[in-house]
Amino acid sequence: MTALFASDHGVNVAQNVGFYIIAAAMLWGAFRVVTTRNVVHAALWLVVVLGGIAAQYILAAAEFVAISQVLVYIGAVMVLFLFGIMLTRATIGEETDVNNQGWAIGIPVGLLMFGVLAYVTLDFTEDATLPEPTDEQITGATMAISDAYLGDYLVPLIAVSFVLLAAAIGAIVLARKD
Amino acid sequence: MSQPSMLLAAEESGHAIGEASGWFLENAWLIPVIPAVAFFLILFFGKKLPRGGSEFGLAAMLGSLVIAAGATWQWISSTTSHYDEAGNYEVEPVIREIVWWQSGPYEFGLGQHIDGLAIMALLLVAFISTLVQLYSTEYVNGDRRYTHYFAALTLFSSGMLAMVLAPDMVQLILGWEIMGLCSFMLIGHWWEEQANSKAALKAFFTVRVGDMGLLVGTAMLLAIFGTLQISEINALAAAGEFDSQNMLMWTAVALFIACIGKSGQFPLHTWLPDAMAGPTPVSSLLHSSTMVVAGVFLVARIYPVFHVGLDINAAGQSVNLIAAIGGITLLVAAALAFVQNDIKKVLAYSTVSQLGYMMMGLGVGAWTGAVFHIFTHAFFKCCLFLAAGSISHTAAHHSFDMKKDMGGIWKKMPVTFGAWMVSTAALMGIPFTAGFFSKDEIIDSAKHFEYTWFYYAGIIGAFMTAAYMTRATYLTFFGKPRGAAAHYMGVEHDTHGEVHEHSAHPDEAEHADGHIPDHTVDAHDDHGHDDDHAHDGHATHGRPLPFAPFDSPWKITAPLIILAALAVGAGYLNAPALKIYWFEHQTESSIGLPIDHGDDHGGEETEEPHGDEEALVVSEVAAGANGPFASAAEGGDHSYEPSGPYAVPAPPVFTWANAAPGLILVALGILVSWFASLAVFARRKNPFSPFVGLTTRSRPIGALHSFLVNKLYLDHLYEKVIVRAVAHPIAKAAYWFNQNVIDGIVNTVGTVTRRLGGWVYRNIDQRVVDGAVNASGTAASESGHALQPVQSGKVNQYGALLFGAAGIGAILLIILNG
Amino acid sequence: MYAFNFLLLSAALFSFGIYGVIARKNAVMVLMSIELILNSVNLNLVAFALMNNSIDGHVFALFVIAIAAAEVGVGLAMVLMIYRNRRSIALDELSEMKG
Repeated sequence: MTALFASDHGVNVAQNVGFYIIAAAMLWGAFRVVTTRNVVHAALWLVVVLGGIAAQYILAAAEFVAISQVLVYIGAVMVLFLFGIMLTRATIGEETDVNNQGWAIGIPVGLLMFGVLAYVTLDFTEDATLPEPTDEQITGATMAISDAYLGDYLVPLIAVSFVLLAAAIGAIVLARKD
Repeated sequence: MSQPSMLLAAEESGHAIGEASGWFLENAWLIPVIPAVAFFLILFFGKKLPRGGSEFGLAAMLGSLVIAAGATWQWISSTTSHYDEAGNYEVEPVIREIVWWQSGPYEFGLGQHIDGLAIMALLLVAFISTLVQLYSTEYVNGDRRYTHYFAALTLFSSGMLAMVLAPDMVQLILGWEIMGLCSFMLIGHWWEEQANSKAALKAFFTVRVGDMGLLVGTAMLLAIFGTLQISEINALAAAGEFDSQNMLMWTAVALFIACIGKSGQFPLHTWLPDAMAGPTPVSSLLHSSTMVVAGVFLVARIYPVFHVGLDINAAGQSVNLIAAIGGITLLVAAALAFVQNDIKKVLAYSTVSQLGYMMMGLGVGAWTGAVFHIFTHAFFKCCLFLAAGSISHTAAHHSFDMKKDMGGIWKKMPVTFGAWMVSTAALMGIPFTAGFFSKDEIIDSAKHFEYTWFYYAGIIGAFMTAAYMTRATYLTFFGKPRGAAAHYMGVEHDTHGEVHEHSAHPDEAEHADGHIPDHTVDAHDDHGHDDDHAHDGHATHGRPLPFAPFDSPWKITAPLIILAALAVGAGYLNAPALKIYWFEHQTESSIGLPIDHGDDHGGEETEEPHGDEEALVVSEVAAGANGPFASAAEGGDHSYEPSGPYAVPAPPVFTWANAAPGLILVALGILVSWFASLAVFARRKNPFSPFVGLTTRSRPIGALHSFLVNKLYLDHLYEKVIVRAVAHPIAKAAYWFNQNVIDGIVNTVGTVTRRLGGWVYRNIDQRVVDGAVNASGTAASESGHALQPVQSGKVNQYGALLFGAAGIGAILLIILNG
Repeated sequence: MYAFNFLLLSAALFSFGIYGVIARKNAVMVLMSIELILNSVNLNLVAFALMNNSIDGHVFALFVIAIAAAEVGVGLAMVLMIYRNRRSIALDELSEMKG
């Protein structure tokens, strides 16, 4: 790809290099998540993907979302997953059959999805480049998010808080021993 | 430009529109708040109180009633002093609102919108709720969930009151849904019996089906008008300030679907009779004056949306959705009422039928008539329900079966009987009762506004109403006491010659009749004799049984007496036959549309042009339909010109000649039904005797009868056909897709791999890398076999189906939009 | 940076997630695959926010994070319950939905 090092489109080379390195790590991580035979390894590979996503958020000038990603996903969700693995006494180590009998159908469906999405994306964006984030965008993002949450999105925010409450209660009710 | 400009113009020119004011009007929002607070008090403290929380409920309803009465009084005093030269009683609604929540640019408020319509409904609901609470303290006394019953009843009233004074569609939905929830709790009050909990679920879900329409319609209102304020919606719709008539029409249709569900209109009426599973006071509250009226109320509340959206009263229109659904409902429900044995079910179908009248009235442009019918119907129907409850409570051992456990009790329960007769007369529309004035106005309007089909539907409905009510009255109060009633009357239950009255099904009853005609003749005389004898015996002995006092306790009879008095008296608020238009004047400013005083009843016709530019929008639209009309009006004749969807025509002038066909049919209905009842149930010989047992003798009539007994097979349709039709093909299609497509793909993958392996094996590599190829061929073959049995029930497969379908759908979209 | 960078990366993650949901037998692994899908969507949202210079994408990404947390909590609780009842969390042994 010539665009990789070309800066004539207003493409920032360092940003691009960073993006591709992280993207490569993420893709390999994602590949391993869905192919490894070891459940714990799958969880650890997932950390690579989630961390990569957080890094991509920073590249996309979304610091607040990136921090939330690290806190919520890598901090909380991963711990939940590891607890889930331990409590269900999954084999720590390689398992013989981690896939369904019909696993092969996943390949064409996955490829079909990727094909459709890639086609649409390329068709839609063509050679468009992302604008460089402005200073104001970078420094003001968090403030803008808080304004949006306590303004236009107040009611959805309250609704989400109810969803979280319901999820907490639901999880307790489901997992309770009785 | 004339009347249509009134709404907008009058305000500008600074005359005629009065300011309603007063403490009660300003604070009418307290009316639903008091019962809502009482609900929580009952819930938290009710069980600790000596009377189980019912005192809170009753006190709260009394408080609401007092405020509602005060508001009514202040409203009346402000309307009567404000009417303009044209005879329009225009009073500004009292709107107070606080912002409840806001999302983006939209604000949603809680508060009050007090105008004539709201005042009428508030007073009605508060009044009936109070009486029902009083009645309930006796009726459900000793019930195990006494406290919860009162909590739900109080919250229910609160929901209805909140809906009635909603200034905003959001509050309206809130009240609407509170009612839905409480009706579920109250109908399923005795949920230990499976039938009751099933009925509660049915009521809830059927109404929910319609509620989707309410949500969709409200969202569309927001999209069209950019506001959910009822007063603004009405003004904008009436002024024609919207982009697309088509869109408004679909909005009206969506909202009307909600009304069909809530008000038990034709295709979704099946829940209402089943909802009689609840305690009788609940039936009388929910299914006569509050919940089911909510749908009619919604149409009346945002009438301009429906009127303009559906082009009601437009020139040349002879049918529209609301009128058609109302007309069908009133006939179908009246027909269904004939074949019921349960007295409450007769009343339930009668309610459905009367709601059909109201909808039809709104559909033909008789807003005042329909709203007045809400008002009068509430009294007499509530009275009928409570009378039925009184009979069941006191005389029939809590049975509601007219054929098994009633009959002949009129002597023993004079108060109940009197109340029943008065209310029945009102329901039938006998002159000078309340029902006559309201129902006649609807029927008359249908004729006058040239909705001829609906005029016929109306008078045929009146005939049927008279007939089924006569049948119910006969079975309940006259004839020979049966079952529990016989016990109550202190009459030995005479089994001979009463076979037909024991059978639960009318088929069987008439079967017995029809089969032995000779016998019947003999039995007739015997029976008549016995009947007299029994009555004589009763008159002489006349002893009340220890457990059965003379009529019901005062807590039951007092509401009955009050309601019966109102069943007659309420009609005189708006009696066109006596040139009383008081009710109309109180409420007409709530229509939200200008009134086209064509053949004005008061003769106070004025055509003063207001000449206001503000009103141009209205006038231009209305002018076409209105222009020729003005000259006709000056001529003083009573011809009707459609005033178009932007103005409501004034109600027609009452003449006895116009009312006569309906009245004759009512009288005919009573007579026919009385003699038919005598012939069928008492086997008196009369001209109707040949018809006895017709359902078994004549195949088509028998088929009609079973068609009615099975409620038009609508339940079958819903439960068996639609649920199956929707659920089965989807399941089948999924199964087929699974078996053929997915298996096919997997098989193909396997086969191709195997063939490839085979091809490689045979043609190229057999000699070169024999061993390696052998191994791969075997592996491919095995994997092919392993992939073959893809069975259903696996989450992963559903995932594959879902994503595969989404991908294919996306490809289709890309190609289509290409 | 080209606009399609983020979107293609997210499409790839999405497809891996789909493959994982379809192919994996272990319920916990299926949940991980679902996390992949959700994250790919989030990446898209943030990229769109950058593209359109609008904060709404961030807001929705945060909503999705919240919902995903709820989803994992409830999902793992269900997995635990299934495990307790059946001593296995292999999805191909669960065929109660078989129609």
